[in-house]
Amino acid sequence: MNLMQWFRFASPQSFYPLAGRMIPWFWALAAAFGLAGLYIGFFVAPTDAQQGEGYRIIFIHVPASWMSMFIYLVMAFWAGLGLALGTRLSAMMAQALAPTGALMAALSLWTGALWGKPMWGAWWVWDARLTSELILLFLYIGFIALQAAIDDPRRADKAGAILALVGVVNVPIIYFSVKWWNTLHQGSTINLTRAPSMAQTMLLGMLLMALAFWMYSIAAALTRARAIMLERERHTEWVKHAVD
Amino acid sequence: MNVFFASIRRDLLLALRRKSEVATSLFFFVIVVSLFPLGIGPEPVLLKKIAPGVLWVAALLATLLGLPRLFAADHQDGTLEQMALSPAPFGLLIAGKIAAHWLLCGLPLVLLAPLLGLQFALDASTLWVLMLALLLGTPLLSLIGAIGAALTLGVRGGGALLALLVLPLYIPALIFGAGAVEAQSAGLDAGGHFALLAALLALAVFFAPWATTAALKIALE
Repeated sequence: MNLMQWFRFASPQSFYPLAGRMIPWFWALAAAFGLAGLYIGFFVAPTDAQQGEGYRIIFIHVPASWMSMFIYLVMAFWAGLGLALGTRLSAMMAQALAPTGALMAALSLWTGALWGKPMWGAWWVWDARLTSELILLFLYIGFIALQAAIDDPRRADKAGAILALVGVVNVPIIYFSVKWWNTLHQGSTINLTRAPSMAQTMLLGMLLMALAFWMYSIAAALTRARAIMLERERHTEWVKHAVD
Repeated sequence: MNVFFASIRRDLLLALRRKSEVATSLFFFVIVVSLFPLGIGPEPVLLKKIAPGVLWVAALLATLLGLPRLFAADHQDGTLEQMALSPAPFGLLIAGKIAAHWLLCGLPLVLLAPLLGLQFALDASTLWVLMLALLLGTPLLSLIGAIGAALTLGVRGGGALLALLVLPLYIPALIFGAGAVEAQSAGLDAGGHFALLAALLALAVFFAPWATTAALKIALE
């Protein structure tokens, strides 16, 4: 298939049915990977010598944290592409990704708190990672709020794109400033990076869960993108055909 | 460059015709800072410890207060549109407006901060560091804030939305700015913090006017 035929899918009209065909596959893969990952995580992986059973929350926590950071990059990529090329679909993808990213950030903070209570004895500590994850959640919320506040979708796309790009420049700055701030104030009592090397089955379970989160994110974002396409292109012929 | 200075002059002149607006954000700064001892208690040791953070957070909020006005009036009466259409470089005009915002909302904070620092039992050398940190930090706040002000121009719920967008981006300035003061008052060298603040400022001077003009052009479409 040559390049031009791929570009065809940059138009909502041809991407809508393609996304519709792909979504069930991603949901199925998400379920399959998730079931396998949870099975390994809860029944096969051994109990941790130091952390007991409580460590099993990492099978949710770590993939959620990874996704929350990665989705921000993907979102900024689509937003930037939409700003540079003026493609409608790119901006819709950015808009569709934001709630999933915010969900992942929130999930990561929540599961982190659940893990922190038995391990550190506190729901929340001002650790560099926790703090930067919290700020990432704020950035997502800012992006969603800005897009929601602007009625004209084209202006919302472009304003959101600038905010996402400014955020991407700032994310490493924020991360390192929080990290240095943390080391200046107090040494964190427990260092996450010094975790003992992981058993093979634990790693496998985590990777499977990470794949499940990937598939879920793709499926959720595509589903949301389809809804956005219908909403924005509601005056066009193809939407009338697609809905009928 | 004349354009830049003309733009600063114009905004300063406009602000001087309506002095109360500038004074409002300055008094906001004073009041917020004065609330903390009332809420926490008057022990000098405790006040000295929280002073850098309190002064900096209050400075962030006071800068934020002036931001919605940065472009709103010019947007309403169409001046901004004329600026965008004029042969003079739009970026320079906007940079001038940002500089004027700093002169009106940032510089007074820098000058007033030592006085408030005295109330928090900071010693002379720490007060100098506080001033210097604010001198490097407040332009950064104006530059980053201008992006937010441009993005939320004419948007529903602009003020609260602006805070939501801009405050997370202010975090590095807060950390290094308050960190410098804290390091000085703990007897450590504040040089590293200044270097980082200056680096952030250099980055922002380069990128922020550009991002702001891009955002303004979107708002003007």
